[in-house]
Amino acid sequence: MFHLILFLFFGVICVAGAVNLLVQSHPINSALSLIVVMASLAGEYLLLGAEFVAAVQVIVYAGAIMVLFLITIMLLNAGKEERSKGSRVATLIGVPGVIIGAVLVAWTLIGRSSIGRSTTQSVSIGALWGAPQDIARLLFHEFLLPFEVTSVLILIAIMGAVVLTSKPEAVARGQRKDG
Amino acid sequence: MVPLSYYLVLGGILFVCGVLGFLIKRNIITIFMSIELMLNGVNLSFVAYAAQWHALSGQVFVFFVMVVAAAEAAVGLAIIIAVYRTRETLNVDQVNLLKL
Repeated sequence: MFHLILFLFFGVICVAGAVNLLVQSHPINSALSLIVVMASLAGEYLLLGAEFVAAVQVIVYAGAIMVLFLITIMLLNAGKEERSKGSRVATLIGVPGVIIGAVLVAWTLIGRSSIGRSTTQSVSIGALWGAPQDIARLLFHEFLLPFEVTSVLILIAIMGAVVLTSKPEAVARGQRKDG
Repeated sequence: MVPLSYYLVLGGILFVCGVLGFLIKRNIITIFMSIELMLNGVNLSFVAYAAQWHALSGQVFVFFVMVVAAAEAAVGLAIIIAVYRTRETLNVDQVNLLKL
């Protein structure tokens, strides 16, 4: 029961943040509500017993990635976005379509299949099974190759970011110095 | 005890919010944030299924998704800065030429 209350608490905050991201017209407000979404998702991960994922969610997502977003918004001095007019056909067909689709999916998930009736185990502190050492054992044995490949991916991303953000004149000067 | 379907519905709601933001937002940074929202919705269902079947590989996949999201954010925001340098706008409706 307590579990359900906590789930609903974090879930309501999460959905409210996601809707606020859509409603706000200033990008910095959207970014701050995205931080709310990510922090409450960390709470949901804790409820599921994934303590390490919850910590990484706060550190990497709510910390590092969102700081990058906020710095970009401030650097570019992003103002209010101007709205462009959507077509009326999209509103007339799209909104009922979205509602029908969402109801169908939720109805199927909750009522019609076996996964709807199965419940997740409630976890208590100290009896968590997603401990960091178990994850590390899996990550550095079975998933060692993908792990190494992601390091190459990160390296390429760093180099791409440096090249893309450097001024064109600086790049040209560097090429002249090389050649 | 929370049914697994509740977590999946929450993840679905987040994903749909991300898709909606991607389609209706005009600011390129907000569009980028909607993509992050979609990734978060998927991550939630990964962790929910990992808890359901006591399979830790679901959680390991979440880390890979996070790594890809971080790389994507770094490169994407660099592209946004480069676009802003040449066009001086963040409105995607006005970014409609490949070459100036």
